[in-house]
Amino acid sequence: MHEWALAEAVIAAASQVAEKEGLKEVREVKIKVGELQQIELGILEFALSQLKPTKFKDAKFSIKVAKAKLKCRVCGHKWLFKKEKMDESAAEAIHFVPEIVHTYIKCPKCGSPDFEILEGRGVWLESIKGVKQEDG
Amino acid sequence: MVDPRISIIDERMRGIGRIIAVSSGKGGVGKSLVAATLALTLAKKGYKVGLFDLDFTSPSTHIILGIESVKPKEEKGIVPPIVHGIEYMSIIYYSGEHVSPLRGADVSNALIELLSITRWKRLDFLVIDMPPGIGDATLDLIRLIGNIEFLVVTTPSQLAFETVRKLASLLKELKIHVIGVIENMKMDNSETTQLKARKLGVKFLGEIPYDLKVEEAIGNTDKLLNTILAKKVEEMAEKLWHNQKN
Repeated sequence: MHEWALAEAVIAAASQVAEKEGLKEVREVKIKVGELQQIELGILEFALSQLKPTKFKDAKFSIKVAKAKLKCRVCGHKWLFKKEKMDESAAEAIHFVPEIVHTYIKCPKCGSPDFEILEGRGVWLESIKGVKQEDG
Repeated sequence: MVDPRISIIDERMRGIGRIIAVSSGKGGVGKSLVAATLALTLAKKGYKVGLFDLDFTSPSTHIILGIESVKPKEEKGIVPPIVHGIEYMSIIYYSGEHVSPLRGADVSNALIELLSITRWKRLDFLVIDMPPGIGDATLDLIRLIGNIEFLVVTTPSQLAFETVRKLASLLKELKIHVIGVIENMKMDNSETTQLKARKLGVKFLGEIPYDLKVEEAIGNTDKLLNTILAKKVEEMAEKLWHNQKN
């Protein structure tokens, strides 16, 4: 249920953006979730539906999953993170703190733990749309 | 794109009275020992205390406190387990005894992740064991936690104090409260550090003599609380809870 904490963060951030943009009603919230964090989308969606404030009552939350792309800083090799190749406790640790991937994964080509997470790390608020105050 | 985690950190820290980052300009000055002992002492006095080990690449407070086989509970986030009366959080729950080779940006991300998902209960004090120096963790805490305070540990070495001078100058410039400087591993009666701290405009909280018994007390909190180091930390901490009450 750690997805709940992330959903709270999404709602808090979206509320701040809505406030800043003067939206009286939010209609759409686009979220990007990185594969590295192995978020349970069902739980995230449920948490969002439970946590959304009145301003978000008709908002549609669309969640896009981004593949986790890794790039070795030593040899330049690029590869995709695959949860299936990991043992369960390592995958769970990465679920909570994605940077722990450096503890459990090495570059498949040169064996270095010094790699970049190019994409697909955590949860991002991509955009929100709604009705502005002055729109009536 | 917005990183939503930043927006929830204030909320996560709301129930915490004082957030104390135990810091040092350089490594090897006994910062983790002071942080762990301070947390223990405050808990012993009946305060609600959390200890957060932010030295991600070289965590050690779990070894000092002999913490093994505990895990946080997953409950709408993660709830740190209570060990020796302290809510204890560390990256070792996830990295185990393996190495975590993290670059600065990774340290930053892991720190933000843990700050945004950890659900501390209502605490009087959250003690943070910082990595040494003025790196990403220090800058992130200053950026993300409005009421952060720093407790700086040094040794009689002029090399250690030179790094303290830089850290304290930065904190003063950024208007971050520095509780004071503790001089650890004291082996003579020199007042040099005390005078330098005063000159810097930072409170000198006291000195801790070099204590050979500390090494054998590592991993055993009863023994640790009986060391001279613990007695001295307790004396200095009294000033903290005195400030808390007033």
